[in-house]
Amino acid sequence: MGMTMTQKILAKHAGLESVTEGQLIKAKLDMVLGNDITSPVAINEFNKNGFTDVFDKSKISLVMDHFTPNKDIKAAIQCQQCRNFADKYDIVNFYDVGNVGIEHALLPEKGLVVPSDCVIGADSHTCTYGALGAFSTGVGSTDMAAGMATGEAWFKVPGAIKFNLTGELNKWVSGKDVILHIIGMIGVDGALYQSMEFSGEGLKNLSMDDRLCMANMAIEAGAKNGIFEVDEVTLDYVKGRTDRTFETFKADHDAHYNRIIDIDLSAIKSTVAFPHLPENTKTIDEVGKIKIDQVVIGSCTNGRYSDLETAAAVVKGKKVAKGVRAIVIPATQQIYLDALRNGLLEIFVEAGMVVSAPTCGPCLGGHMGILAPHERAVSTTNRNFVGRMGDTTSEVYLASPAIAAASALTGYISDVED
Amino acid sequence: MKAHGIVHKYGDNVDTDVIIPARYLNTSDHKELASHCMEDIDKDFVNNVKDGDIMVANMNFGCGSSREHAPIAIKASGIGCVIASTFARIFYRNSINIGLPILECDEAAKDIDAGNEVEIDFDTGIITNITKSKTYQAQPFPDFIKEIINKGGLLNSLK
Repeated sequence: MGMTMTQKILAKHAGLESVTEGQLIKAKLDMVLGNDITSPVAINEFNKNGFTDVFDKSKISLVMDHFTPNKDIKAAIQCQQCRNFADKYDIVNFYDVGNVGIEHALLPEKGLVVPSDCVIGADSHTCTYGALGAFSTGVGSTDMAAGMATGEAWFKVPGAIKFNLTGELNKWVSGKDVILHIIGMIGVDGALYQSMEFSGEGLKNLSMDDRLCMANMAIEAGAKNGIFEVDEVTLDYVKGRTDRTFETFKADHDAHYNRIIDIDLSAIKSTVAFPHLPENTKTIDEVGKIKIDQVVIGSCTNGRYSDLETAAAVVKGKKVAKGVRAIVIPATQQIYLDALRNGLLEIFVEAGMVVSAPTCGPCLGGHMGILAPHERAVSTTNRNFVGRMGDTTSEVYLASPAIAAASALTGYISDVED
Repeated sequence: MKAHGIVHKYGDNVDTDVIIPARYLNTSDHKELASHCMEDIDKDFVNNVKDGDIMVANMNFGCGSSREHAPIAIKASGIGCVIASTFARIFYRNSINIGLPILECDEAAKDIDAGNEVEIDFDTGIITNITKSKTYQAQPFPDFIKEIINKGGLLNSLK
């Protein structure tokens, strides 16, 4: 029987001719990732178990992005522990305040992941790199420790759901709306233990930023990974960012899929996920009048340049509504610099928005925008669980940068055209 | 190996943000994490939980963030086993890796109520509800995972 894209990549990294769904394998890793929250737990395990060296100092990325710039003394100590570990083992890809970006925006930008790589990260949104045609999945800190020590991880080979994309997105509709639409359709466990594979003639109409956003939220449907077929858009993105050579894999024609879902991109409307699950979706015309207190535009889902560009186009020359706090977070220093040079930051500040340094901050209720009891936020982030951004009675509505920016101007969840 | 205790029951899609809220992730101290376990959906849990108690939930337990702090907090609070209809995959592997026994069993997850007294035999996968005088058969672990558990977690199994 034929293999899916994910199965082909896993077979290659396990040194096997072929693999089938459910098979347990050991695969060689091209990158092992951790952040300032998950790495300390991994480092403790690494040390406790007596490991004295890492498998490859250039294939580990430690990214200080969650509670940085250090939000409190404990957070500072966690970063210090990572910094000491990086120094001791001469970790090449250690990113700290000044060159840090949100991990899942940073690694693709730096060319640290290429098509057909096998990547684990102690962060659930590590599935983002599937946008590049890599197999990439979130794990915990113990897996990260084992990965740093041995360069290998165990996997159960997943089956897959195929998303056959056709058509082209309408104006103001983005990858965020597509993935929210899909999660609304299949549910937060709709792809549990499986891959979500994206292909079809509509693929060429999705930018790399759209793909990164969609792969990022594969975990919100329970998926092991999301993966996009490699095409010209992928190769253009990777070009100039790395000198590594790589193979690319397409799924076999007779690959087995547990489900095949057709998605007509032109039929998708702006979509909002209501509290407290990403599957609670409504299209923007069904939302009703919902007053908001805060808007967050940023994160590993939607803090990339094109996201900021969209938000700036919406708010240019206008003012944030009274009573709304609007926070814009460029995901990396490069995105920050590009937004600065091209006048986007000026547009945000003049509109009454605040621009933060790159950080995961408010997305997980860490810092830089925590909600009080009963407050509501429209956020371009990826989760709206109970208490995710602050008090347990606060509410997070997930949406695209366009909808978040439009909502900041009106004080209610709004479409751009409103 | 057996677990025996009183059940704390939860519903569908219990995410790792409510198991251990991110505001407490500025530490990796197991006891400190345990002192906030389940805080955002069950404030009384930390006061009521006793060593060896059992946690039971429905679909997709442990979804969301990959934070290993979640199974660590549950284990350090004294829970001897988590039973659910299904687990989110990262939570599942994290639990195996740190040695928190977890079992998938839809029938048990649906039938067991909060406060029931339950005993689990990990060798046979049989879950006994002492309160209701009923038994349920859980999915046994594959050999590969049994080996990790028997060796005391993933890192020990690599040595």
